[in-house]
Amino acid sequence: MEQFVMIFTSTGRLTTSPTPRVCGVVSSGNLEVLVESGDAENSCRIDVSTPAEGFRDIWKAVLNDFVERQPVGGLHVTINDAGATPAVVSLRLDQAIDAFRSERP
Amino acid sequence: MNSKTVNYFEASARTRITCLVDTDSFAEICPPHFRHTSPHLARLNAPVAFDDGVIVGRATVAGHSVLIASQEGKFNGGAVGEVHGAKLRGLMERALDERPVAVLLLVDSGGVRLHEANAGLIAISELMRAVLRTQAAGIPVFALIGGSCGAFGGMGIVSRLCAEVVISEQGRLGLSGPEVIETVKGVEEFDSRDRALVWRITGGKLRRAQGEATHLVDEDVHSFRSKTAQLLGAYAEEKLKPAGLAGLTEIQRQLAERTESYAEARDGRIIFQVSGFTDLEAVALMPIDAFNRQLGEAL
Amino acid sequence: MNILFDRLFGTGQHHIAIDGDFLGGTATVGDREAVIIGTCNKAAINCSTSLKVAGAILAAVREDEATFRPPRPIVFLVDTQGQELSRHEELLGLNGYFAHVAECCELARCQGHSLITVIHGEAVSGGFLAFGLMADRVCALPDAQVRVMDLRAMAKVTKIPYDKLLVLAEESPVFAPGAENYWRMGAIHELWRKNDDWRRCLIAALTQTEQEDGRARLGLERGGRELAAPIAALVATA
Repeated sequence: MEQFVMIFTSTGRLTTSPTPRVCGVVSSGNLEVLVESGDAENSCRIDVSTPAEGFRDIWKAVLNDFVERQPVGGLHVTINDAGATPAVVSLRLDQAIDAFRSERP
Repeated sequence: MNSKTVNYFEASARTRITCLVDTDSFAEICPPHFRHTSPHLARLNAPVAFDDGVIVGRATVAGHSVLIASQEGKFNGGAVGEVHGAKLRGLMERALDERPVAVLLLVDSGGVRLHEANAGLIAISELMRAVLRTQAAGIPVFALIGGSCGAFGGMGIVSRLCAEVVISEQGRLGLSGPEVIETVKGVEEFDSRDRALVWRITGGKLRRAQGEATHLVDEDVHSFRSKTAQLLGAYAEEKLKPAGLAGLTEIQRQLAERTESYAEARDGRIIFQVSGFTDLEAVALMPIDAFNRQLGEAL
Repeated sequence: MNILFDRLFGTGQHHIAIDGDFLGGTATVGDREAVIIGTCNKAAINCSTSLKVAGAILAAVREDEATFRPPRPIVFLVDTQGQELSRHEELLGLNGYFAHVAECCELARCQGHSLITVIHGEAVSGGFLAFGLMADRVCALPDAQVRVMDLRAMAKVTKIPYDKLLVLAEESPVFAPGAENYWRMGAIHELWRKNDDWRRCLIAALTQTEQEDGRARLGLERGGRELAAPIAALVATA
């Protein structure tokens, strides 16, 4: 397993601050994403744990797109990956933010 | 989410809970952000999950208070490790204090998690004792079985300790999975790829016909919900009574009769036949309500 | 088997019949009669064995209830390679038979019978779950083999190299076979040595049974299972 943390600047913020949300399942080719409130207002911290070693650049690109696409300032995102493709990662991240945004799962 | 359109077999463990319980009534205990993951999986360099593959909490179903656990079959086959098993056992202990109408176990598990096999085996034996203790205190435990991993290994035993076993047609219940038997004893003993055969040995209709499951329901979450609600209503009226010596003596007699009657049986066809299903080809296609009706008439 | 019975109960102090893989009878433990139920020859536990075990437990409960005598202790002598792997047994619902045995164990416990397991051979997986692990107290003889799966099979299933498993097994009791590992995790209460007086060990063990399941706490104390107790407590009380 490879583990790393990436911190992105993000000024966009969600208006709500609901309870932590998890999205997705840790099964082959899939991942789970946990979204909760972070420590720093203008940045988004993303922790990644993945079995696919040596793909940090691709992760960085995928996460960068996500941070630019979504208002994630002040959030802490944690990912347990089980070998998901970049497309699946992006999808789950967006779903997790949607779930976090709404009060209901 | 509309529980009528959600397929139980395909739904995730979380979705099953959401669709099963009253809207917004679920409160998770030990939620994902507590991060009680398995250190044993991590040590073996395997991915971990925040809830270790089981979600536990409290909720209401049709207004009745329940404690509920839901296993995620897609994470390591829903297998039981140290943390996973401890969450299930803790929930049983909580029931003794909280006294819900019932504890619901949404079982979707192949049994013991091999990465932490000793811890898993011990956890299951602790869970077995905890389920019995909870039920001895008059709180019934329901096993709901309809996921892709079924209820096998130790979870197959735990399921059968439960006062109610609600299963769907695709739900499977047993001890050793077909793949395990095939691997050890050969394909002649059990061809795990013969889906019709697997279904006739372990499937929901077979288990209902022989009385191993107490209720057979349709594949959608709504059917699981309405059966659960109905049972909760019944237990809220009349409390669970322990089987006692007389009850277990009667079960002993029934099980002995089964081993004698089916001494040579290696296919569920004979059990369907004895249950009054003359057209064996039709059994598999028979709608659930028709199957239940005919079984009711045969009993 | 007689050599084992003599060492456990004393010469002439046991009346145990062996019927295939099943054994049942009575023996003297200290100054009391105990009910002896068990298996031998590395039994593969099937529906029929389960019924014999359950039937013997129910008979003991029934007899003591009928004669108004204090419930006798029940000693399980465990030797099992696991559950029988067969299509026939699965069709019958072997898991349901195991559940029935477990319910009978719990009934006996609730009626005041102490339940003691002595592992005299193998204690494997489902066969161990069926009744050995249902006891109040579990003791293992020196040659006891306790496991779910051996490491080579585990390597194959988990796709983790065998050599790596061997190394990791040194650090953690959590997956590798061995009675010692189960002791550290709290599921085996006592490991008896070759030169111990097993008769005295058994008498002593009988004085230490408790109705509460204290295995997780024991595993925590012994450092072999550090999460089971606190996580269960968290869920139970949070």
